[in-house]
Amino acid sequence: MTYLQALREALMEEMRADPSVVVLGEDVRQSLRGITKGCLEEFGPERIWDTPISEAAFVGMGTGAAMAGLRPVIEFQIGTLLFVVMDQLANQVQKLRYMMGGQGAIPVTYIVPGSGARPGLAGQHSDHLYPLLMQCGLKVLMPATPRDAKAMFTAAIRENDPVVLFAPSAVMGTRGLVPEGDICAPLGVGEIRRPGTDVTVLVSAPLLAETLKLAARLESEGISVEVLDPRSLLPFDHELLEKSVTKTGRLIVFDDANRTCGFAAEVAAYAAEKLFGFLKSPVIRITRADLPVPFSIALDKYVLPSTEQLERAIGQVMQYRHPLLDVTLQGGR
Amino acid sequence: MMKGNMIRDYVCSDRTVCHEAYRKMRLIRRFEERVIQLVNANEIAGTTHEYIGEEAIAVGVCSILKQTDIIASTHRGHGHIIAKGGDVKRMMAELFGRVTGYNHGKGGSMHIADLALGIYGANGIVAAGVPIAAGAAWAAKLRNTGQVAVAFFGDGGANQGVLHETMNLAAIWKLPLIFICENNQYAVTTASTFATAGPGISHRAAAYGFPGHLVDGMDVERVMGAVLEAVELARSGEGPTLLECKAYRYQGHFTAERALKLTYRLQDEIDLWRGQDPITRWAATLLERKILSSEERDAVDNEVEAQLDEAVAYARASEWPHPDEAFQDMYVTDYPGLPARGYEWNAK
Repeated sequence: MTYLQALREALMEEMRADPSVVVLGEDVRQSLRGITKGCLEEFGPERIWDTPISEAAFVGMGTGAAMAGLRPVIEFQIGTLLFVVMDQLANQVQKLRYMMGGQGAIPVTYIVPGSGARPGLAGQHSDHLYPLLMQCGLKVLMPATPRDAKAMFTAAIRENDPVVLFAPSAVMGTRGLVPEGDICAPLGVGEIRRPGTDVTVLVSAPLLAETLKLAARLESEGISVEVLDPRSLLPFDHELLEKSVTKTGRLIVFDDANRTCGFAAEVAAYAAEKLFGFLKSPVIRITRADLPVPFSIALDKYVLPSTEQLERAIGQVMQYRHPLLDVTLQGGR
Repeated sequence: MMKGNMIRDYVCSDRTVCHEAYRKMRLIRRFEERVIQLVNANEIAGTTHEYIGEEAIAVGVCSILKQTDIIASTHRGHGHIIAKGGDVKRMMAELFGRVTGYNHGKGGSMHIADLALGIYGANGIVAAGVPIAAGAAWAAKLRNTGQVAVAFFGDGGANQGVLHETMNLAAIWKLPLIFICENNQYAVTTASTFATAGPGISHRAAAYGFPGHLVDGMDVERVMGAVLEAVELARSGEGPTLLECKAYRYQGHFTAERALKLTYRLQDEIDLWRGQDPITRWAATLLERKILSSEERDAVDNEVEAQLDEAVAYARASEWPHPDEAFQDMYVTDYPGLPARGYEWNAK
């Protein structure tokens, strides 16, 4: 099953199970992005609503409808439209329950299919802006595999708080096994995709496949890379990160968002604060440059994070010599 | 002073509704006057936006609504909450930042909400509550509950993009939604006449193909009549209505404005509008129609004072929230590390 089919299966099963699940978004009846294909035929127009190009209004409507007892699923046709609706997300949906002293619940799911960069889409269609949402306290998920796509979309719809699910363009077409029946992944639980002993690479979903490939190659060259897929960015599985880094003593965060105040910055800061004594080398971030993604395929690779950079960084942390101790810190603890 | 497409005359003949409208307007007025004193005395922190002069709008609207109907309010929200049946004790306690307040002290003046009364919150961002009300109206339509939703906004909010997006959506989906524009004539210091293009805010409904009316927002009975028609349309599936209720805010934009010594309004203008005071006018009308005697009016006034004495005493005597309260209510479901704290790790 493809990642896209897994998302569709999750949505349709939740719509069958719970009549309060309704879909809002641009071109969702025709299903331009593919997730809602078949929803109109099976559930009828009362359950799936095409909106005008009015992102702020329909996101706000999702909030009000959720407060009134529905469980809206809102599809963003393009990930950067999240910028357009920042008041409704940051200032309204995420803050309202807190500001109301815990009255009610606002169970809305925002799904962002095809998020991140694709070749040739240039500066305004390519940002991966999950750090911005995390800073506002929104729960953010980013599944990397078809199994996780189904289990985490299901979890997002069932969660009684606003949740944003990013489905990166890099993984939308991937295939994988999805168990039959009801699967639901708990929020805040990461997964070790490949165990290793020398260096932990915490990698966000769109970069996972190439990281695994690199890790396999490096194994044959004598470097054992542990690949950690956080899956759930907020809440984040700090326990798994600690477990991995206390074992390997080295951490590289390989992330598809911008650098300044980014997701990688948060993970690195956490490691510096909590895992200092276990680290044999500085934590390294590989992120996007803080630039719009340029149009030309001759340029975009210099702005986006790359496996070449990751390979260099792995070499860097493995060779690191402490300036005061003037030794290379080797081996396990 | 009123121009535009006026709505038909309406006479409220229900004695209880008439009395209640007077009582609520008086309660809002005196609540706000006390709030000003309490802000100036530093018993209430920050600043508040008083509703004085606009009481007929909130009360006129909410007189027609049912308890199950929904409203989304504005930064100037105290009047809406009182009109919809909010408890002044819990409101005052919220303004005092106490745990007995509506929001446990976490919202304050601009965020008071009571979901049980269909009050989806005051809102600190101009017009941001409008689509939220529309969402409630959409849910009501999908579930055939018969509820209507009311979105309050001001002449300032009339120029926000999200309002226009929502007007368009409400029209194409025929939502049971009523847009109440409280034109108090100034967006902070910027005059509505300066900031608003076209023949008037009420005319903007025509662009979206639904009724829009200019209403004397200082006449509670006119507001009731207009809302009655709008509610009938909404409940019968005919979609939204826009009512531009013209009134005047007697006070500054916020409590502290006086200290700034701004000169955007002339005293003559303020006096002119104060001369049409909605509460005095309504009392006079009721006296003239022999629906309310002067003794009854005085009794209501005294009850209002006693109610507010009690509210202030309740707020003063209430406990401050426990420090743990700061970390509660962000999520229905918390996880380890959520919400992140500023220093110590939250391992819950």
